[in-house]
Amino acid sequence: MANDESLATTSPTDEFLKGLWRENPTFVQVLGMCPTLAVTNSATNAIAMGLATTFVLVASNLAVSSIRRFVPKQVRIVTFILLIATFVTVVDYAIQAISLGLHKALGAFIALIVVNCIILGRAEAFASKNGLLRSALDGLGMGVGFTLALLALGGVRELVGRGSLFGVPLLWDGYQGWVVMILPAGGFFTLAALLLFVQWRKRAAKEVTP
Amino acid sequence: MSGTPHLEAPTTPVWPMYRTLVSVGLVCGLLIVSAYELTRPIIQRNKIAARQAAVLQVLPGAHASRTFRVDEAGAVTPVPPESEGEGLVFAGFDAQRRLVGLAIEAQGMGYQDVVRVLYGYSFEQQAVIGFRVLESRDTPGLGDRVETDPAFLRNFECLDVSLGADGKALAHPVEFVKQGQKVSPWQVDGITGATITSRAVALMIARSAATWIPRVAARRAEFRPEE
Amino acid sequence: MTALGKTLEIRSSPHILSGNRVDTIMWNVVLALLPVSGFAVYAFGIAAVLVLAVAVGSCVLTEHLLCRVAGKPTTVADGSAVITGLLYGLTLPPGLALWMVAVGGVVAIAVGKALFGGLGQNPFNPALVARAILQAAFPVAMTTWAPILAAGRFTSVPASLLAWPFSAPAPDATSTATPLSAWKFDHRLTETPDLLLGTTAGSVGETCAVLILLGGAWLIARRMMNWRIPAAIFATVAALSAVLHAFDPARCAGPEFMLLSGGLMLGAVFMATDMVGSPMTHLGCVIHGVVIGVLVVVIRVYGGMPEGVMYAILLANALVPHLDRLIQPRVYGTKGRGRKP
Repeated sequence: MANDESLATTSPTDEFLKGLWRENPTFVQVLGMCPTLAVTNSATNAIAMGLATTFVLVASNLAVSSIRRFVPKQVRIVTFILLIATFVTVVDYAIQAISLGLHKALGAFIALIVVNCIILGRAEAFASKNGLLRSALDGLGMGVGFTLALLALGGVRELVGRGSLFGVPLLWDGYQGWVVMILPAGGFFTLAALLLFVQWRKRAAKEVTP
Repeated sequence: MSGTPHLEAPTTPVWPMYRTLVSVGLVCGLLIVSAYELTRPIIQRNKIAARQAAVLQVLPGAHASRTFRVDEAGAVTPVPPESEGEGLVFAGFDAQRRLVGLAIEAQGMGYQDVVRVLYGYSFEQQAVIGFRVLESRDTPGLGDRVETDPAFLRNFECLDVSLGADGKALAHPVEFVKQGQKVSPWQVDGITGATITSRAVALMIARSAATWIPRVAARRAEFRPEE
Repeated sequence: MTALGKTLEIRSSPHILSGNRVDTIMWNVVLALLPVSGFAVYAFGIAAVLVLAVAVGSCVLTEHLLCRVAGKPTTVADGSAVITGLLYGLTLPPGLALWMVAVGGVVAIAVGKALFGGLGQNPFNPALVARAILQAAFPVAMTTWAPILAAGRFTSVPASLLAWPFSAPAPDATSTATPLSAWKFDHRLTETPDLLLGTTAGSVGETCAVLILLGGAWLIARRMMNWRIPAAIFATVAALSAVLHAFDPARCAGPEFMLLSGGLMLGAVFMATDMVGSPMTHLGCVIHGVVIGVLVVVIRVYGGMPEGVMYAILLANALVPHLDRLIQPRVYGTKGRGRKP
């Protein structure tokens, strides 16, 4: 576990880029579904959740990577969770300080970033085996990929559900919002549709390249 | 643990485990405490500002507010603005430091979840003069119309809550009627299509007004601005 | 959706040809729905004609297009899409904007049926799937009820029907309460004769109990419907509401009101009996009916909404595969149930 950095055959840029599309945490790994479905009822909430998660991901990946040589493997999960929970608490306070309204909108889901499997997943699968730079880039890439995925969901749901984006009305006056899209059921519909789209694109790409 | 001779007996590195957990725990604790200390004054300020903004909104013309606690018997004591708990009312004062009215919080069950509202009471007009929803998780597009429907909000621009002759109860309890059937100034006109939530809001104001207004109406002079 | 001639595929042996084919059943169901639809047109005028036409049209068109996309021969001719559309149209409020009706029609066939694999594969009643999604998407429009027997119903179309696609319909000043919402929110009880004859506000085809029962009787007489399902629903609703009414008359209305109001008649006779979404055994059908009956009463009496037939049937649909697994038909020629060889 200590010296498998030789595994790294990819370039650092690749570590960042893989999270955006090829190994996108939401659409490909299908991890962290709880915040994905719960807080994407508006684009603003989605982006706030995405950024908070990105911060925690980068910070926890950095921390885990820097102490990876000192942590006995019997207690590694406990240590990772401890670190993640700390960063989540810090984010929780920071969001409260930035905007109470945002904190209220995200509700319990900020605290639940702790149990977002993307974060522990990256800590265990990547950061505990790789150097600082690669781990930070991996965390950033996964975080940005997660944020983009949430934004796609939140954007679609807000646009169809309310006719607006980031609270700015975009469609014509008198547009009839589809309330179901803002309700939890709309999260499932949109996620299913987007997963379908991503799979279809991936398959199309595979048919072209070989 | 297993008796198989081929496997190396697993050694549990006790000392490194302690070392790791204790040091990581310490660092994490330090981080959390410092984040808490750094953000606490800001969060406190945000909370007070949000409350103040709500109070000024339900009391048109108010420029400053002060928090009071009123106990069951009606005794009024000024408390610091960050106070929490039962029995809080918020007095609003205009630019000349004259009392505009009191903002009172009420809550009750909406269509799906608890709804918390704040309403403004004017001693002079003996009426509710402002209203806003503090917290509601009701169905978007349905229940949240109590926050946005202009016709519904007009109910609370001047809703009669004057006291009866004995000063111990409202002359007319606040009543809920269906949309378009309001005839008396103490009635709340509902919203068609959001009947349940609009009725719940009217009921929570009716209940709160029935207990609070007789309690505070006689103590107008005790709500003084800060020195 | 009673129509589906899936008998040969889903029943256990022995298989005896009954002479019923998909299209014969289909025409009988259409016949059974004819009086109900006729009354709807009489009661709501042009609005009902338009809603039903758009509902059927959108379902049939979606079915045809999806077959095209899948590269299969079109299955419009088997008539199941027509019946889905007709039943779906009958469950809608008569003043619903036509574009919403069309959206629901697409949802019924595409989401409710095709996504599960087409005719015979759909666990949920497609008409009710569409209605449930519309109810969640457009809650205000789906609970605005045009008055029945309005004066100008044959000469003019209500403005709410003709709202531009994806635009909110103009608020309807003349909307009224259904018997169920009048009871739930104002404690106003509708007279039983009105409920029987259908002179109350409500969905396009749910108001007239007598004609719905007539249609059901026709299908039962032709052995195209399992009478145990509606019978179990009616018995459960009647018994449960009688008990609750005796305990708390302010909360739960009497059995005659619970039976005749809202969509219970239409749902019990034409939707709960859907051959695809109902159990295979007679005992299973009785349990299916009891489950629906209990859910209807619980939702109506204790829920936030005045009506619960739609959700009750959809929930019960989800239980059907489990019922079929629990209660296996007897293997022909033996005394044992299917599980024991």
